[in-house]
Amino acid sequence: MNIIVCVKQVIDPEAPPSSFKVEEAGKKVMPPSGVPPVISPFDENAVEAALRIKDAQGGKITVLSMGVNLLREVVKKPLSMGADELVLLEDEAFADGDSWSNARALAMAIKKIGEYDLIFCGRQAADWDDGQVGLGIAEMLGLPSVTLARKIDVADGKVRVERVTADGFEVLETSLPALITVSNELGEARYPTIKGIIAVKKIEPIVWKPADIGLEPAKVGAAGRKVKLEKLYQPVHEGKCELIEGESPEEAGVNLALKLREAKLL
Amino acid sequence: MAEYRGVMVHAEVTEGKLAAIAVELLGCGRKMADELGEELSAVIIGSGVGNLAQEAFAAGADKVYIVDDALLQDYRTDAHVTVMEKAVRQAMPGILLMGQTAVGRDLAPRLAFRLETAATMDCIELAIDPGSKRLLRTKPVYGGNAHAVFTSDLDPQIATVRVKAMTPLEPDTARTGEVVNVEAGLGPSTIRTEVLEKVKEEVEGISLEAAEVVVGGGRGIGSADGFKQLEELAGLLKGAVGASRPPCDSGWIPDVRQIGLTGKIVTPDLYIAVAISGSSQHMAGCSGCKNVVAINKDPEANIFREARFGIVGDWKKVLPAFTGKVRELLAG
Repeated sequence: MNIIVCVKQVIDPEAPPSSFKVEEAGKKVMPPSGVPPVISPFDENAVEAALRIKDAQGGKITVLSMGVNLLREVVKKPLSMGADELVLLEDEAFADGDSWSNARALAMAIKKIGEYDLIFCGRQAADWDDGQVGLGIAEMLGLPSVTLARKIDVADGKVRVERVTADGFEVLETSLPALITVSNELGEARYPTIKGIIAVKKIEPIVWKPADIGLEPAKVGAAGRKVKLEKLYQPVHEGKCELIEGESPEEAGVNLALKLREAKLL
Repeated sequence: MAEYRGVMVHAEVTEGKLAAIAVELLGCGRKMADELGEELSAVIIGSGVGNLAQEAFAAGADKVYIVDDALLQDYRTDAHVTVMEKAVRQAMPGILLMGQTAVGRDLAPRLAFRLETAATMDCIELAIDPGSKRLLRTKPVYGGNAHAVFTSDLDPQIATVRVKAMTPLEPDTARTGEVVNVEAGLGPSTIRTEVLEKVKEEVEGISLEAAEVVVGGGRGIGSADGFKQLEELAGLLKGAVGASRPPCDSGWIPDVRQIGLTGKIVTPDLYIAVAISGSSQHMAGCSGCKNVVAINKDPEANIFREARFGIVGDWKKVLPAFTGKVRELLAG
């Protein structure tokens, strides 16, 4: 079983909202100082999904990531969790892509990797929250796709997926190879092992530039976009919270109930 | 060359009726179509959906495309992308709106890639640029920490819209229009996915989406037992209990009770957030709450930037006293 997992390095979504800053003129998000980037959390769920299949029936997991200034200790994390190989699309030309240019580059890299039964992506990246790249890869490679997976089982050349819906889940089955996007309901990703962290120090990722995957620089990153970012801004918070106090926490609780009655909310 | 014109809404069907999101999209689409001086159409896909055209007219549509086929009973990516591609090539809409739902999240991107156009997901605001007449698509990004406005030169301009972000029109049952039947033309070989089972996990009581009072719990609740105290308060207020993501991931409460960017969107009159820090990802699901009340021991918690009333304190001490007083006030 050969599994390719696409992961993205993003600004830590758990960083406090007060540290989040946008540079409006440049339409860019400023990385918060002192908070290192992370693998997008849903992508970690996708790595976990691949590891569970490898645990059960063996196989090889190739992790694929794309960007500029990819921190090795960040993008190597899936290896220290148990993945086998790391391929990086790393070049200035890959920067500031949209779902089109990103899906195109990843699809071409997957073609070059060649052997795969399953491709996993997170349901959406924690930066642009778009959730399109996985489906774009599937469309470009002509593969069946299932989104929002919370459980994935492989048997008899087919994959069975529990897909999250608004009021529960549905069970779907499709043929291999297939592309699946993974949701957090799958369960939290495992921690890297100490042994894993030491072992991956020696592993050097494979690094590809646009030419290595047969793409002109004009087809990737900002140059290959189909949507234009017109404006990026931080919504204004009104911030007029009235704090209810009391001699004790219990009294504050009583005062809050009285306040809500006064405001006709009870 | 034929021109892309008009606004089209992909009208989702649930339990034999147009889904709430479909009616919301038709309300929003109607306004944009009027502004452009163009037509509003709806496309309804399913099995036995021919009788739903009138609902779409009442909600604002001028024209309804019906794709009715037994193979379209359940949502399946291959089938729905194929028939949507067909309907779009026939109708040539300038703008195509879909819901940010389990269906729209799956269908819109794959359709956009197939049509070689570009979609923007999870929009909360749509407008027509007065100069270019192109669609301005505003969506929260970075978990809601920022908003981005996108445009594209490609047609059709596809956007998915967040549930409850748009207001439906008052239904006008006297409105009528043209019905166009589109042949699905599907062969079983087009569809590579099979639906084996559908499981409802909805918990008992009032649904989160419909509740006028929601009591939400966060990581600080600490256990499934803690949520029982929230249930008690919600029961008194005839409301529903929800949660931010950590309690769901920890199994203290079912996943279907998650409120936020990747969970449910709630719009109650009163939202009582207990031990919730108020991350942007969670607040994305409660931006439509009219009154937020926060109980949190961290005075710096983001939830206080969003709340109307708040208590800085340990919920374990505050909540029982609050619940007791609420019971007394409601009884008296």
